[in-house]
Amino acid sequence: MTKHISINLKVWRQNGPGAPGRFEIYRAEQISTDMSFLEMLDVVNEQLTLSDKDPIAFDHDCREGICGMCGSVVNGRAHGPELGTTLCQLHMRHFTDGDTIVVEPWRARAFKPIKDLVVDRGALDLIIQAGGYISANTGGAQDANAILIPQEKADLAMDAAACIGCGACVAACPNASAMLFVSAKVSHLALLPQGRPEAARRALAMVAKMDSLCFGNCSNERECEAECPKEISIVNIARLNREYLKAGFIASTT
Amino acid sequence: MPLDAQIPGGPLAEKWDQHRFNLKLVNPANKRKFTIIVVGTGLAGGSAAASLAELGYHVKNFCIQDSPRRAHSIAAQGGINAAKNYQNEGDSIWRLFYDTVKGGDFRAREANVYRLAQVSNNIIDQCVAQGVPFARDYGGLLANRSFGGAQVSRTFYARGQTGQQLLLGAYSALARQIGAGQVEMFPRREMLDLVLVNGQARGIITRDLVTGAVESHAAHAVVVCTGGYGNVFFLSTNAMASNVTASYRAHKKGAFFANPCFTQIHPTCIPVHGDYQSKLTLMSESLRNDGRVWVPKQPGDKRPPNQIPEAERDYYLEAKYPSFGNLVPRDVASRNAKEQCDQGKGVGETGYAVYLDFKDAIERDGRDLIAKKYGNLFQMYEKIVADDPYETPMMIYPAVHYTMGGLWVDYNLMSTIPGLFVLGEANFSDHGANRLGASALMQGLADGYFIIPYTIGGYLAGTQLANVDTEHTAFKDATRRIDTQVNQLLAVNGHRTVDDFHRTLGQIMWEYCGMARTNEGLQKAQKMIQELRAEFWENVKVPGPSSNFNQSLERAGRVADFLEFGELMLVDALNRQESCGGHFNEAFQTEENEALRDDENFSYVAAWEFTGPDKDPVLHKEALTFENVKLAQRSYK
Repeated sequence: MTKHISINLKVWRQNGPGAPGRFEIYRAEQISTDMSFLEMLDVVNEQLTLSDKDPIAFDHDCREGICGMCGSVVNGRAHGPELGTTLCQLHMRHFTDGDTIVVEPWRARAFKPIKDLVVDRGALDLIIQAGGYISANTGGAQDANAILIPQEKADLAMDAAACIGCGACVAACPNASAMLFVSAKVSHLALLPQGRPEAARRALAMVAKMDSLCFGNCSNERECEAECPKEISIVNIARLNREYLKAGFIASTT
Repeated sequence: MPLDAQIPGGPLAEKWDQHRFNLKLVNPANKRKFTIIVVGTGLAGGSAAASLAELGYHVKNFCIQDSPRRAHSIAAQGGINAAKNYQNEGDSIWRLFYDTVKGGDFRAREANVYRLAQVSNNIIDQCVAQGVPFARDYGGLLANRSFGGAQVSRTFYARGQTGQQLLLGAYSALARQIGAGQVEMFPRREMLDLVLVNGQARGIITRDLVTGAVESHAAHAVVVCTGGYGNVFFLSTNAMASNVTASYRAHKKGAFFANPCFTQIHPTCIPVHGDYQSKLTLMSESLRNDGRVWVPKQPGDKRPPNQIPEAERDYYLEAKYPSFGNLVPRDVASRNAKEQCDQGKGVGETGYAVYLDFKDAIERDGRDLIAKKYGNLFQMYEKIVADDPYETPMMIYPAVHYTMGGLWVDYNLMSTIPGLFVLGEANFSDHGANRLGASALMQGLADGYFIIPYTIGGYLAGTQLANVDTEHTAFKDATRRIDTQVNQLLAVNGHRTVDDFHRTLGQIMWEYCGMARTNEGLQKAQKMIQELRAEFWENVKVPGPSSNFNQSLERAGRVADFLEFGELMLVDALNRQESCGGHFNEAFQTEENEALRDDENFSYVAAWEFTGPDKDPVLHKEALTFENVKLAQRSYK
């Protein structure tokens, strides 16, 4: 049933990349437990606006957990305390009256701050541009049923392809590594016959790009898997490592 | 001005082939000399930008989000249609064409729809080649399901995330071209104006949403793929940033706006639950394949659903439409849900909901199979509503979901402004008065992958284009106007927030221009919107400054446009004195409460010309002729 709670918010405020940041505290009264976390922020922002204060900047778009635009660290957890949940799908019923909730942006060397809770995740796009695709120009494709793909393979590929590119894995990792993100794309494409011709080049190029963008290394902390809103498994990281090693051997013999 | 849709002659099935042959070609070596602006990175924009870059054009691509992968196409759940007939059910290009024209209540162009059905098969081939992980049977062949309003299984799907996977396919093709330097990508940019030189579209003005800088971009042609205008209703299933600004500002520059009153209300959404609500969430209508829609027979029956015996449940869709049952088209399903609730039979706290029950399907197929088909949707429902749909029936209610209207385009997808092309939901072309399920993804990708690459070549090869750069006065003038508008918005410093105005506008539109419309209501709403618009410019509060990341300012510009555009929808709805598809005027209905068309007087596309602020728009008609299908009263009994 719907209840109303009042909470204290401790929110990271920062005007721009060069500006100093600080926590500010706001009181949110009479918050319906049916609200999403972002709707609660909307309510706070309406109050801030009307009292001539700068509303809290935060990224969001679809508000149904699929676009990957939203994301903040809530009480030390990327996307908040619920498993398999984006911030927009986190509801206030998971908090208690009187709680103090700490809200911070993703923090990683590869993600430059923009304002308040908004950061620049363009580095993830750069990794995909380095090889996260199958080179198939429009127009030349053969019939879609010409190559059979076992259902289990297609399912595993789909599991990996479910990544929404939100960056929670990077924010959760003590090394700010993007291994889960990279492994999801490498796995998705390596599992499919259409992706095999470029599999070696892809794995090498994407890992090289990730390294050059100041993401940290993977040291098997498994924080990424725990916080991923789409519950992408670290089995994909193992697959990336295999693909990468295999690619290294192929590269060294040619 | 006569509206010439440039539909090629000859038999329907040969028009597109013949037209492709007749279109002039740009020499491969010359393609790199042309710059094309593509605004938007959804299924239409992403696929267009990637395909044009593959051909060798220099492409400048813009998106409003931080990455092209986030466009709202990503949220489409159910699937994409194609006439593959893999299931041996007698499907064909002709049948897909026929179903789409009929589903659109005979208000779409035959030639466009036929072409859409033709290229539907190429889309599936292309997507599989890109690595889109469609669902498959045990043997490794592609799986299909039937989907909203279709009697054949022609829908391809990737769990409940088809839009995501198709978009990521287009995004990956786009990323490859960005990496290769063929596409210049501009994320976090909003198109604020279209720039015309010699009457041709030659560039756009954008605002950098991070720095606030107003920028000019010149090109040889502009392709607008900025989606629909459902957020005029404030609450819709659209993403928060979805807006009409790019389309509407192109409209103000001379592009006609077609059929703005054709909006789709989707029957299966999670019901509204509070004033603070920021958006509505769709539950894929694939759920209607296995879920049964019902309400209590007795109005006001507030017992929990599990305590209402079978005999006291009204499975109203199955009773009323025996042959389609729960799978009737969206407009029919939505109106029936409203009708039940208006009779006091609605359920849930607000009384504005009906049940969608999986009990029988779970008994028949087992929980595992249902979980495999709909697991992520059930999970999403449970997260939002905190109720388990495996145990208690879902509650659903219609919500604004898609807009069939859009900028008018000819067969080449070019608007009334030469050089301005419009693709995907932003144009009006293929869905008539109502869109069938799983056909939006099809149209977006058809436009981007398989139509614009040919038609834009025909335009560029056959048109005299002067040398234009951003030093041209047209860019300077447009920039000055944008600066003035931004300063005006900041200067008002009133007492109501942007969202507050937006919510009020949405309530007016939903009440008077939603599922059922009346002439009196539409006229009343027109006056209300005029007053609200006047108040907006006197009383809106937009915190400054403009020179940095300012989300309130972004929204203020969009709501200002919605406040003008909403009135255009009302004018169009008032003009169309008939009911068809998503436009239901209560004065025009059959005895069985179905939409009653007036083919004699309204078998046309209503394309509106902007004539000035606070002046009445001028109507231009494109007559719709049906040579290949027989106009009939839609019947889903």
